Amino acid sequence: MATLAVSDTGDGRRVLALGGRLDATTIRDVWAQARRAITGASDRRILVDAENVEYCDGAGVAMLVNLIQQRNPGDVQVANLKPAFETLLQQFDVQALDHDLDPPPTRRPAVEEIGVIVAGMGEDLRQQIVFIGEATAALFYAALHPSTIRWRDVWRICERVGADALPIVALIAFLLGVILAFQSAIPMRKFGAEIFVADLIGLAMLRELGPLMTAILLAGRSGAAFAAEIGTMTVNQEVDALTTMGLDPVRFLVTPRIIAALLMTPLLTLFADLISLLGGALTLQSFAIPFVTFVHEVEAIVDYSDFFAGFVKSFVFAVLIAGIGCLRGLQTSAGASAVGDAATRAVVSGIILLVVVDGVFAVIYFVLDI
Amino acid sequence: MDAAGEPIIKVRNLTVGYGDVVLLERVGFDVRRGEVFVILGGSGSGKSTLLKHMIGLLEPNSGSVVIDGDDIITALGERRRAILRKIGVMYQSGALFGSMTLAENVRLPLEEYTDLTSDEIGLIARMKLSLVGLGMYTGHLPAEISGGMQKRAAIARAMALDPMILFLDEPSAGLDPITSAELDGLITRLSRSLGVTFVIVTHELPSIFAVADRVIMLDRRRKGIVAEGDPRKLRDTSEDPWVRQFFNREAEPVAA
Repeated sequence: MATLAVSDTGDGRRVLALGGRLDATTIRDVWAQARRAITGASDRRILVDAENVEYCDGAGVAMLVNLIQQRNPGDVQVANLKPAFETLLQQFDVQALDHDLDPPPTRRPAVEEIGVIVAGMGEDLRQQIVFIGEATAALFYAALHPSTIRWRDVWRICERVGADALPIVALIAFLLGVILAFQSAIPMRKFGAEIFVADLIGLAMLRELGPLMTAILLAGRSGAAFAAEIGTMTVNQEVDALTTMGLDPVRFLVTPRIIAALLMTPLLTLFADLISLLGGALTLQSFAIPFVTFVHEVEAIVDYSDFFAGFVKSFVFAVLIAGIGCLRGLQTSAGASAVGDAATRAVVSGIILLVVVDGVFAVIYFVLDI
Repeated sequence: MDAAGEPIIKVRNLTVGYGDVVLLERVGFDVRRGEVFVILGGSGSGKSTLLKHMIGLLEPNSGSVVIDGDDIITALGERRRAILRKIGVMYQSGALFGSMTLAENVRLPLEEYTDLTSDEIGLIARMKLSLVGLGMYTGHLPAEISGGMQKRAAIARAMALDPMILFLDEPSAGLDPITSAELDGLITRLSRSLGVTFVIVTHELPSIFAVADRVIMLDRRRKGIVAEGDPRKLRDTSEDPWVRQFFNREAEPVAA
């Protein structure tokens, strides 16, 4: 335990007699009392008598420093501290510790903050354009020289992007088919038009929802994974190592991922289309529409142009998601949350791009009357 | 300090390894209160692994590690926390929290374990950081400073609560000779004035001769301690050629 006794002497001094153990767990009350005793006697000089201090660690020394700081230099004196603790106290420049030498940065004013954000967006746009150029060049090079592609990496990534994603894609596609069928069949039944639910599911899933849902799932799964993986490599200087070995990180890391996504996303989309149709067909069974009727209806209304309208999109989506995931990974800065930020940004910008590009496709298809 | 010489850490019959690979077999030694104890050994001899067992991060295959009277391997809950409160650890890479400034890193244990006011904790944090020469960098994030500075900040954080025992994993690796010597001075000062016990894993020979009271040497091939004692004596008088080689920084003789 730490103790404090305050006494005033005749020669205009106040003596603070400290005793016991001064460490982080014992000094809390003594510290506050001692500070009050000093500030409460501004007309007296202060002597801190540490004769009875048995132990004084870093926290105890901090208290002594703090007590000395309460007054002008020289007005507070510490006496009789054991030599071992005295050396601890002597190693500090008491006046320099008075204030924070490196205060945390203050918040910028709002206008400046907006400027920084806009400038950041501009820089990000520039980096995206540069990256698109680099990635395109790397992909063309790969197309012209297929032997330079690291196929072992491609197959490994294919497995993770494609095969491993099958269960979740199947689940979501099936759910989407069931929900669409069920929710539209109930009002349609009032008009005796349940059979047209098959048209709706066939067109909506194959043209829009199949590719889009697959792409969103891929952005959440593989886009984030690419960003985190490459981000960790960036933080660990593995990307620097590639660069200094003369290996272009884009060719080495990005190309295999984009190729893998290009191979797998259309397959997953195809799979999602089929499963969602299956979900719709099963639901419509409960509305007394047999499987065969459903298939015939879908066959009659959905033609190849509808199927390809969706299928073509999945290739574009694949490049977008893989590309943005890799870009965010390569942009990873230093710090603990950097990899997490990269993954988050990969998913967010991936989904935004999907929405924008899907809109562009809708306009093109409308103009071309597909 | 009065109790110098009495063992504060007792390691008994410790067998450690990963999976089927046994790194150390039935190792036993004492660390005395207030001494600077250095664990030496070639790469892959299990130095860092031994350290991880001594601070309770890994569970050994068998054996016990008693810190100040309590076995850290079997202690759970409050008892374990009480032991951990007595030790501070500096990890090889610093292991500072990247999202916090240096001052916040040092403040964290103080805020969690003491009930001092924010200003008081701030002062202690500044003092700890100025002790390792980082008084000008309290507001920096770990990513903004150099590797050597990160190590020093990590030592400041390990010292935040003034633990009885400080474990340092390769503290001077990657530091320039001047900073490294300053660090040695800091270790000696803390151990002499506060009676802090140091357990240090290091390869740096100058540093070992400057600070170590006692060393143990581990060897991968013999899976245990090959030498124990004052490093200066071991260098000059050890009968084991490998030990003399180590201290005299000689290459292994090439087998004919």
